[in-house]
Amino acid sequence: MNDSIFKFLIILLAASTLIVPITARLGLGSVIGYLIAGVALGPQGFGLMNNPEVILHYSEFGVVLLLFIIGLELHPKRLWEMRRAIFGMGSLQIGITTLLIGGALKLFGWSNAECLIAGLGLSMSSTAIAMQIIQEKGLKRHHSGRNGFAVLLFQDLAFIPILLLVSLLAANSSQTDTGTMLKQIALALGAVAGIVLGVRYLSYPFFRWISGAHVRELSTAFSLLIVVGIAFVMEEVGLSMALGTFLAGVILADSEYRHEIEANIEPFKGLLLGLFFLSVGMTIKLDLVLAKPLLILSFLVGLLVLKMLALFLSALIFRMDLRHISIFAILLSQGGEFAFVLFGQAITEGSLGAESAALLNAVVTLSMLTTPILVLLYYRFLGTGAAEEKPEHDLITSDGAPVILAGFGRMGQIVVRLLKINRISSTVIDHNPDHVDRVRKFGFKAYYGDATQMAILEAAGLADARLLIITFGNQEMVQSLIEEVKRHHPHIQILARARDRIHAFKLMDLGVTHFERETFGSALSMGEKALQIMGVAPFRAHRTVLKFRQYDLASMLKLYKFHSNEKEFISQSREATAAIERLFAEDSDTLKKNVSEESWG
Amino acid sequence: MADQFKVLIIFAHPNREQSRVQSALLKAVQSMEDVTIVDLYNEYPDFIIDVKREQERVLEHSLLIFQHPIYWYSCPPLLKEWMDCVLELGWAYGDGGDKMKNLDFMQVISAGGPGDAYHRSGYNRFTVHELLRPFEATANLCGWRYHSPFLVQGAKGLNAQTIHDHAQRYHNLLYFYRMQGRRVLDALDTTFDQNTSIS
Repeated sequence: MNDSIFKFLIILLAASTLIVPITARLGLGSVIGYLIAGVALGPQGFGLMNNPEVILHYSEFGVVLLLFIIGLELHPKRLWEMRRAIFGMGSLQIGITTLLIGGALKLFGWSNAECLIAGLGLSMSSTAIAMQIIQEKGLKRHHSGRNGFAVLLFQDLAFIPILLLVSLLAANSSQTDTGTMLKQIALALGAVAGIVLGVRYLSYPFFRWISGAHVRELSTAFSLLIVVGIAFVMEEVGLSMALGTFLAGVILADSEYRHEIEANIEPFKGLLLGLFFLSVGMTIKLDLVLAKPLLILSFLVGLLVLKMLALFLSALIFRMDLRHISIFAILLSQGGEFAFVLFGQAITEGSLGAESAALLNAVVTLSMLTTPILVLLYYRFLGTGAAEEKPEHDLITSDGAPVILAGFGRMGQIVVRLLKINRISSTVIDHNPDHVDRVRKFGFKAYYGDATQMAILEAAGLADARLLIITFGNQEMVQSLIEEVKRHHPHIQILARARDRIHAFKLMDLGVTHFERETFGSALSMGEKALQIMGVAPFRAHRTVLKFRQYDLASMLKLYKFHSNEKEFISQSREATAAIERLFAEDSDTLKKNVSEESWG
Repeated sequence: MADQFKVLIIFAHPNREQSRVQSALLKAVQSMEDVTIVDLYNEYPDFIIDVKREQERVLEHSLLIFQHPIYWYSCPPLLKEWMDCVLELGWAYGDGGDKMKNLDFMQVISAGGPGDAYHRSGYNRFTVHELLRPFEATANLCGWRYHSPFLVQGAKGLNAQTIHDHAQRYHNLLYFYRMQGRRVLDALDTTFDQNTSIS
């Protein structure tokens, strides 16, 4: 492999791992850490990276993945519920911001076209920065986070028409005659329809086919293929990549592969977003800032004040609670990555001067840096934070079921049915697509995925669950999963399937108090039937079994102490034999006296 | 309601194999025509009663018998569970709850203690009649015709011959009920009242 790629990777990864933990610990969040690292590495810092624009271009794919995952967590129904916020507040915000900023620039003597382009460009916020902060601060379920997301989504939608408008503004708009434009629109619509239908009807059979091969990384590859493929198609027909993958995400949000896909994409998203912030940091033109510090500063303050004012007004008009408006305005106060693209195009079409564009770009980048700082200041001095806000019903999140069931085989199915009868909802994960398919038909929330993997359970909302039920059979996997869950989420109750006594002992070693030996229940039922067939009165048989169950559990706890003392020097098999011998010896004494003998007769 | 005289025996005994009296009584009537026996502890060992099935059975008969030993001045718990579940509001009592109206009702019970124990001056302090008031009240609310219980006292110490006699008496009672209906039970009520109303 190319030597410079290694160097490049090492520098990037090392810078991130050094600086980001520091800012995260200081409560500044990860975004600012990446940005600072980027400034340090960039051409005007230590100069270790000299082609930030190229990196920026590629790392924009992190935003694409981010929107894909946001889509995955957003059911179409929820999206529909947000339509007022998206279209109303979104369009209002762009309108007011453009008006305010355009008007202000007019005072600086900019031309009408330049004012409009700059206003529109600066009205766009950075999805990457805002969403990252929303996630880190746990605002996803709060008014501020939800409305912030709605406005960002509208900006994504509006970006294409805005781009068209800008090219129409250009004097030499001869290349966009109506014929090619209609063709372009038809192509775009066709691409979107193709993506919707393709994802809806082709991805399932493919996933099923792949999971049949039992090669774990294949499903990661296929998840990436979906996203990259869609991004490519969207790019080809001139639409926003992020919007296309967002759409694909929403379509897959209802599918059984949702959590699997999410767990696959999540690490890529994280790394690429980090890279994105790094390269934004790198592109900051320090020399320009140092040359005209006052101008840049006044533009920056102007942008922040006017944009927050616009956000404030649009939120007020849409009756957003006053307590949430400040953080909402701060979250979206920065200029975004769309601005770079828009200004770039305007330069090539001659409607924006290169100098103005450089100034605007610098301001946008700096405003990305100010957002995390403003958020920090807000929480320090103004808001007591998210804790004060009442969470809305979970809008951009997992199912939020209180029970997660890992494994949906013969055991899990019965458990889920019992839960359902009692109206306790559960999220079910299983790696057999047939199981998942069958039960989804009956309205269960079942997802395809390797339930032994912590990442899948996290994606299914483990952090919010009250109970994790482990019903798959692989003993070692059960143990390692429990260890991992206990480490990360010590508050979650665990109910685990144990193979037998010895396995149950191992689970008890891990601190598990709720377990069920896999054949214990059915063995008891079978014993009861045997007693009945041999002429024992049914009620007596039933009592015998119930008492036996109690007694057996008690004796198990007694033997457990024994086991923990002896386990070092008795081999597993000898231990099992010894346990069974002790069992049989005790049975006969304890259970002979059965039901209370006749007294009243 | 059935137009013929048919008998439904709800039998409740958690330890039937150890009861000489109740087993003998049951054996005496179990192969009679138009007599249905429901052995509760055999049919519902897990205490989950099939309410619908039980209600249908009740409707097919004209005489309902609770046959059970007296445990702590009452019936064994599964029979109480049967009453709690089967005698539903709106079916057995309350608004529209007239499905069991006019049903003849009787208890066939055995008590461990001797007859004079169930007396104001005996060690049980109350008469059997007094102790069975909850059942009488149930019959009243559901509109059953309450009849005096068929009673075997001193069950612990009875010899085989006496037990056989009691069983024969039980068989005969049901036999005559099948032929002549309610008035056989009515006639018995008078004797019971005379026997137990000793002051």
